[in-house]
Amino acid sequence: MNQELILILTISNLLIPLVSFLILIFFGKRLPRGGDVIGTSLLFAMLASALTVMLSKLIIFPDEVIQVSFKWLTFGNVPFIGQLDLHLGMVVDNLSAIMVVVVAIVSALVHLFSIGYMKDDIRYSRYFAYLGFFTFSMMIIVITNNFFTMYVGWELVGISSYLLIGHWFEKKSASDAAIKAFIVNRIGDLGMFAGVMIIFFTFRTFSFDAIFSAIASGQIPMGSETWLTAAGILIFCGAIGKSAQFPLHVWLPDAMEGPTPVSALIHAATMVAAGVYLVARVFVMFTADTLMFISYIGAITAFVAATIAITQNDIKKVLAYSTISQLGYMIMGLGVGAYTAGFFHLLTHAMFKAGLFLGSGSVIYGMHHALHHQHDHHTDPQDIRNMGGLKKKMPVTFWTFLIYTLAISGVPLTSGFLSKDSILAGTLAYGNLTGHFLIPVIGFLVAGLTAFYMFRVVIITFFGEHKDKHRFELIHESPAVMTIPLIVFAVLSFFAFYSFNPFDATAGWIYQLLPRPESVVPMAMQAASIEIFGEAFHHAHYPAMFLSLAVAGLGILLAFATYYWKKINADAIANRFSGVHKFLLNKWYFDELYGFVFVAGTHAVTRIMRWFDNNIIDGLVNNTGSWTVAFTLGYKEQWKERTLSSSVYMTVAILTSVLVGIFSSSALWPEASGFFNYIGAIAGGVIAGLLTLFGFWVGAGGFDKYVVDGMVNGVAYLSGFFGLVFRKFQTGRVQTYLIFAMFGFMILYFVFRTF
Amino acid sequence: MEHILTAIVFTPLLGVLALFFINRENANLIKTLGMAFSLLAFVISVFLFLKFDGTNPNMQFVFKILWIESLNISYNVGVDGISLLLVMLTTFLTPLALLSSWNSINKSIRNYVMMMLLLEVGMLGVFVSLDLFLFYVFWEAMLIPMYFIIGIWGGENRIYAAIKFFIYTMFGSLLMLVAIIWLGYYASTLNGGKFTTDVIELFNIAPTIPLAIQTWMFFAFGLSFAIKVPMFPFHTWLPDAHVEAPTAGSVILAGVLLKMGTYGLLRFAIPFFPQATFEYLPYVAGLAVIGIIYGALVAMVQPDIKKLVAYSSVSHLGFVVLGLFALTEEGVQGGIIQMVNHGLSTGALFIIVGMLYDRRHTRLISEYGGISKVMPVFATMFMIVSLSSIGLPGLNGFIGEFLILIGAFKSDYLGTPAFSILAATGVILAAVYILWMFKRVMYGKITNPENEHLKDVSKREIAVLVPIIIFIVWIGVYPSTFLNKSAASTKQLIEKIEHYKSGNQAATTVGK
Repeated sequence: MNQELILILTISNLLIPLVSFLILIFFGKRLPRGGDVIGTSLLFAMLASALTVMLSKLIIFPDEVIQVSFKWLTFGNVPFIGQLDLHLGMVVDNLSAIMVVVVAIVSALVHLFSIGYMKDDIRYSRYFAYLGFFTFSMMIIVITNNFFTMYVGWELVGISSYLLIGHWFEKKSASDAAIKAFIVNRIGDLGMFAGVMIIFFTFRTFSFDAIFSAIASGQIPMGSETWLTAAGILIFCGAIGKSAQFPLHVWLPDAMEGPTPVSALIHAATMVAAGVYLVARVFVMFTADTLMFISYIGAITAFVAATIAITQNDIKKVLAYSTISQLGYMIMGLGVGAYTAGFFHLLTHAMFKAGLFLGSGSVIYGMHHALHHQHDHHTDPQDIRNMGGLKKKMPVTFWTFLIYTLAISGVPLTSGFLSKDSILAGTLAYGNLTGHFLIPVIGFLVAGLTAFYMFRVVIITFFGEHKDKHRFELIHESPAVMTIPLIVFAVLSFFAFYSFNPFDATAGWIYQLLPRPESVVPMAMQAASIEIFGEAFHHAHYPAMFLSLAVAGLGILLAFATYYWKKINADAIANRFSGVHKFLLNKWYFDELYGFVFVAGTHAVTRIMRWFDNNIIDGLVNNTGSWTVAFTLGYKEQWKERTLSSSVYMTVAILTSVLVGIFSSSALWPEASGFFNYIGAIAGGVIAGLLTLFGFWVGAGGFDKYVVDGMVNGVAYLSGFFGLVFRKFQTGRVQTYLIFAMFGFMILYFVFRTF
Repeated sequence: MEHILTAIVFTPLLGVLALFFINRENANLIKTLGMAFSLLAFVISVFLFLKFDGTNPNMQFVFKILWIESLNISYNVGVDGISLLLVMLTTFLTPLALLSSWNSINKSIRNYVMMMLLLEVGMLGVFVSLDLFLFYVFWEAMLIPMYFIIGIWGGENRIYAAIKFFIYTMFGSLLMLVAIIWLGYYASTLNGGKFTTDVIELFNIAPTIPLAIQTWMFFAFGLSFAIKVPMFPFHTWLPDAHVEAPTAGSVILAGVLLKMGTYGLLRFAIPFFPQATFEYLPYVAGLAVIGIIYGALVAMVQPDIKKLVAYSSVSHLGFVVLGLFALTEEGVQGGIIQMVNHGLSTGALFIIVGMLYDRRHTRLISEYGGISKVMPVFATMFMIVSLSSIGLPGLNGFIGEFLILIGAFKSDYLGTPAFSILAATGVILAAVYILWMFKRVMYGKITNPENEHLKDVSKREIAVLVPIIIFIVWIGVYPSTFLNKSAASTKQLIEKIEHYKSGNQAATTVGK
């Protein structure tokens, strides 16, 4: 295995899903079974190739960075800049090699699961085509070595998410959610775009390597540290959008309108993790201030989403808020400087959260079919209050779901325990180093909340009695194409795949191969260095572990006490704190707030703009037309219609000409002082005004008739008059003519004598 | 080779002459002949594209012959990187526009095809003229066929729209005529009494005009082009003209006619009057940014799809103007490619609206809903075109907008990245109005029973849209094919302008 081969395999990883997309979108309907076998097997081929790449990269070239780029656009030699070309390219380092495998595993298994879940769907092959397109777009993000293609992939996953959320576009809620997702993401992208602009403006390149080495050599945007922080925060805005961080998290719960396997692939494991991946990718250029901003955003998100998750009854909504909360965790982990822990949690979370979504899909599938048999179209198959007792009917789903729940709650021996514990140790270390203790406090609180709401779902869904006996009989376990992925994800939720020591993640290969990279920002702006932070992290490890075990245990205990043993009455508590409960049930009223401020605000502005366009701008154009008409026909004609604009126009014009008359007559006759000046001015004004009034009254047509034509006629009249006069001289006598001729000669002589 | 441009420009005119000899009842032959001649022009222009040397920044395929001797006016044509792509766009869109209206025009079809071909002659002439007088002749000549296309084959309110279109654009161009004459006269004072309207000569002469007069000249040219673009606040003729024009008219109007405004700015207003450009550039860019946001906001609430697309043109062309006036290579290159992009995507959008209109005879968004279900192939093509219009990476719109925003961001002339940042919000708004419209037309359940049995696109309709989509993807994935053609000319233009920035009155270049 050499480096070229790794690159070729990586390129094929990128192209395989694209091929799947192209085959299915063009020929899907004509292929047997809508081409699902082709799409799925292509994705498994990609998985095999991705695993090969990862293993050979990690084992043979653990320290190398394999890159390739090509010139995509050239601007030639640009003034002041020099040679300016845009290079695009890809990079295979440990980070991207691992991430490719995450994408490939989840995507391949979701393809497999969808064969069962999406059976009999009206747009079956199109669905698989979009899955392929999504995987392709996600691969662009993962293997890019520059901001440009990162942004390209960023938008492309946005559109694949749009298409997949809107898969059942006949439902209004689905098409609304699709648009909401795309637009909220674009708002985040705008920030990222601005950040990338600042970077490009400074370094004239999009390449990560070139940018990082330029910063390391002391070149920073506008020569100011604030700008570097600002650029970092702006780029992070992209992650706020894509990873559904506060305050742009509102799209993700709505995105659950898409098919459930899509939620597993896109809205749990991969696309939403892209924001985390971005932060990890450009981690080295973040200043201490940027990182603090990032960690607070992560902490707020984790807390807000966890509190909402407690009160939701739709199984997918709970999982959606749980995803937001866990993404907040990862972002927080990266922000506090626990780089490896943050990315590690992305990895473990991808496995168990994809599993949770597919598990919920399996439950919904069972519920849906039972309800379908009963011809019941009112009961919501996703509401956990309609479930219960499913443990007996769906054993595989139950046991795997339980394993994922243990993992997300951070119970020992699971992968989630390892990664979550690392993040918590990181926050504790950060608190100790900087004094920002709010972050570890939120971290532990959320850990407890997570354990509580996840066990709430498990208990209500799988334990107890089912509400409807008849329906319960109809529910049965999902087919093997759906349970196999569940089992695979469950297996991948155990600690052994990540570290052989179930209580210490730092002993595992992730920590060995993905150490936190050295920051490139100027020393004064760096966060705590790797050594200092590592020391604090090491000390925080055991306190964090025991504390997290305690809060998770407490959360699980409370969940059992409330929903299993019924020692605590949840409804009573909800009634007691009805204000808080309503606040959480309504998701902190974010949708209402945004709806009021942004949506209604934009609507109001657009309406005003439309009025302005129709009445003012176009009104001006049309009025110019009617004024011109008024001017030509005269107000005499317009008076019949008496439009406001022509009256206004006339009044204004007359007043103006009166003023012009006043000023010009006093200017023309400056010697006349005092009384005569006033008289002259007033006379001038009145004359000018009268002339204008006359002009307006008769219009250009009238002006033509009375003045221009009047002059022509006047000339004719005058010549006629002179003709009459001169006729008198036509005496016929030569003497008289001679006298006239001499007279004329004398006059001419006096006139021209001076020349 | 020197006659190739003449051949392209006048091939459609040959078509018009040929049509005189065809029986006016023979509709199919008329349409086929129209297609044949416009396709022939396209084929020759592809040849031109291949022969064009992208590394040469100067005019190529120049052909000059004296026309009016006393005023030193000549028939003078040539292309450089800036006009080449627009010539291509024109010859590409005209046959497609004719094909798109194959079945929808039934009234005096021979005149219609003749008008379309005449229009093509006018547009091509505008892009290849290297003599201001010749340019002006084509510029005005092209108004007439468009006036008839809107006025005869248009919608209900067509007369109002046609007159408004004609008078509004005519008003602007008269000021330009005055400026052209003044320029020729000014040149004669330097040239030893030799009046000239030769563009190449004027490139060196015009910048020496003192700033005070340059300002007037800049505004005379600029206003005429700004109306044509149209820039805010001179845009209100556009929605009316678009709504009333037949599909093919809208395609050409949006696809090519509007580009004549931006082309004029880049070809004449900026290089002729660089000092005035520097002076007023922030205001022009400001109007462009207002246009971007304003056009998008107004588009959002239009109940009529065609009006929505028309206002989106105001927004998109704001981007083009911003890019051109950034006067950086990225900005100008982005502006040029965005002209082509807008021609393709908006042209395709109008074709798509026309397809809906042919089926339902209404353009109101509220009349539709759930169309995706009955017209799946149409839905896919509509989606691709919409995505191109909102600037999705991988499709053409993104390349243009990205280059323009980079160019404007780092432009020293604009001085602040604020223009670029504000303009970027237009990208979000574009997503809002296009996707919202798409949702209301295509998604949801079919509520209107008349929509239940709509036929999906025919082979002819696919043949109209697929070529456009091919270029939409091509430019999106590998824009270098096209950008390389315009790179050298753009660079030369920027460098010349740059040169005038340093010397205030730039008297240095006289006699160069």
